[in-house]
Amino acid sequence: MSPTAITISGVDKFYGPIDRGVHAVKNLTMEIAKGEIVALLGSSGCGKTSTLRMIAGFEEVSRGTIAVAGRKVHTLPPVRRNVAMAFEGYSLYPPLTVRENIVFALKAARLAKSAVDAKVANIAKLLEIEDILERYPSSISGGQQQRASLGRALIREADLHLLDEPMGQLEPQLRAVLRGRIKHFIKERGLTAILVTHDQTEANALADRIAVMEGGVLQQFDTPDRLKERPANLFTGTFVGEPPMNVFEAYVGTAAGKISLKLPDGLSLDYDKDAFSGPVRDELLNRQRVVIGVRPYAVRRSKDGVPATVSANQWLGDQTHIAADFAGGSLVLVEHDRTRLELGAPIKISIDPKNLHVFDQASGNAISHGTELA
Amino acid sequence: MEHTSLLERILRGIALALVVIFFMFPIVWILMMSFQTNETILRIPPQLVFEPTLANYTALITGKLMTAAGTLDIAFMRNLWNSVFLSVTSVAVALLLGVPAAYAFARHKFRGSEDIAFTLLSFRFAPALLVLLPLTLYFQKLGLANTYIGLIWVYQLICLPLILWIVRGYFEDIPADIEYAYRIAGHSWFATFRKIALPLAGPGIAAAGLLAFIFAWNNFVFALVLASADKQPVTVGALAFITSSGIQYGQISAAIVLSITPTLALALYAQRYLVEGLSLGAVKG
Repeated sequence: MSPTAITISGVDKFYGPIDRGVHAVKNLTMEIAKGEIVALLGSSGCGKTSTLRMIAGFEEVSRGTIAVAGRKVHTLPPVRRNVAMAFEGYSLYPPLTVRENIVFALKAARLAKSAVDAKVANIAKLLEIEDILERYPSSISGGQQQRASLGRALIREADLHLLDEPMGQLEPQLRAVLRGRIKHFIKERGLTAILVTHDQTEANALADRIAVMEGGVLQQFDTPDRLKERPANLFTGTFVGEPPMNVFEAYVGTAAGKISLKLPDGLSLDYDKDAFSGPVRDELLNRQRVVIGVRPYAVRRSKDGVPATVSANQWLGDQTHIAADFAGGSLVLVEHDRTRLELGAPIKISIDPKNLHVFDQASGNAISHGTELA
Repeated sequence: MEHTSLLERILRGIALALVVIFFMFPIVWILMMSFQTNETILRIPPQLVFEPTLANYTALITGKLMTAAGTLDIAFMRNLWNSVFLSVTSVAVALLLGVPAAYAFARHKFRGSEDIAFTLLSFRFAPALLVLLPLTLYFQKLGLANTYIGLIWVYQLICLPLILWIVRGYFEDIPADIEYAYRIAGHSWFATFRKIALPLAGPGIAAAGLLAFIFAWNNFVFALVLASADKQPVTVGALAFITSSGIQYGQISAAIVLSITPTLALALYAQRYLVEGLSLGAVKG
């Protein structure tokens, strides 16, 4: 394991008086290794931006500590934390040109002019802003301003790079290209980056690990693959993944040597007892009620499945999203071929036990993923 | 493309002319009076054609006022200098105190910050006459009556709230993230204030300063009560032209022309900033 770039331990953020104000971030503990790219992912108001701003030093840490490169920084002013940041609102200096804005970030580094020029040329090429370097922020588009602001942050050699919604304003094509380039740039230089985003595609594409936040609480901090395959709770399960995971409440029962997950409308999913490992089987049988989840691409149509009725059918050009009324709710499945199904057509679906996620009904915490315990 | 008929254009021209005449007439009339003697001014009916004389201006500049009853000494030039000195110094002090305060109120919400800001604004609500009597008594006890320092102090009642509240709005319009971006690039809080916040709020500060200057210049009642002849500004000094042998309309007009010249010149010079400053937000996102 490479050395730690940043350690956040037991951090709370209150807006207003401690313990009485708005509790924006709750007891956050994270450790990020040097050279890692981490995404803070969550919907608006989940505390991700507050976290970023506490690291940068623009918001006070109400409780807990933040250490960057082994130095406790949470009481230092921003200037002494040695972090770089790209702001969501770009925040370029209006009286300066794009080039001056970017060079500005290097002022403190005291480099030779030729070195500065080379760095600016390099970053401008990377972000495709060479042609607007001499323009003023007010005369360029939002996307261009965003790239300039990104350039201003990336050009610095800081212990930590903080990127707040770094690509929100970019056109989709450019965004896809830049994601790759920026990731390469960060990795090549061994920089450590934390980006805040609500776009999971961006998080998946850029980040080594993703921290999913909701209601100020860190829900899960894991690699993109593990977030998808082994969501720690119902929230991450349904939040990560597009289209979202299908979830149903179910009663666990046994019938004729099978484990039966009883759904509303008298439907049930029946599995051989051997389909699950021993501990999973015990966990299931110990509980009355659970919540089961299944990713849309893991739902199969089959002859001997459980009945459902098609309620929508969309061909997206490379995959089909079929929505169906199922067990008193709605279920989405994804198929990679173009499927012609009329509205109201009866279908039968089945779910392989290895694709089944089971969550505790009360706490929402994961019990098992597929045939293994969570 | 705007479509206007001939009639519409004529009517609009007439309306504009009326407005211009309404506002410009007194100034033009006073300008004309300032070049006339008291006799020609008081002639009935008044005449537009007269023989211009510089006697009024000469009297003001030399400080010798000739009246029917004899020669009077007047301190008009001294008053004018007092006006310039009092207004400039008051605005300078108010900027020095008000701009950092405005920044603090705009950027930091602390307990009671709104109350303090509002208290400062409320100085503008109170009628001057209400505070004058106690103020005079205090000033006499403190030895501040009839001193420049005392007057500049009282003028802060006029200038400080104005600057504080206008400039505060400008600082609030600057996205805080621009300052954060500067601070995270390795600059101190004070450098950020000086290099980012001040220049961006520049037009607003200029506009507020100019307004404060005009308000200070036009102040009458504080200076009337708290200053004696040698410290009085022109607004009070003009009272000297009401003499025992009649009101010296010619000199009053010349005095008015001289006393509005500095503010007028300043306003014309700073017009660009004023319009920019008062109508535009400081920064476009």
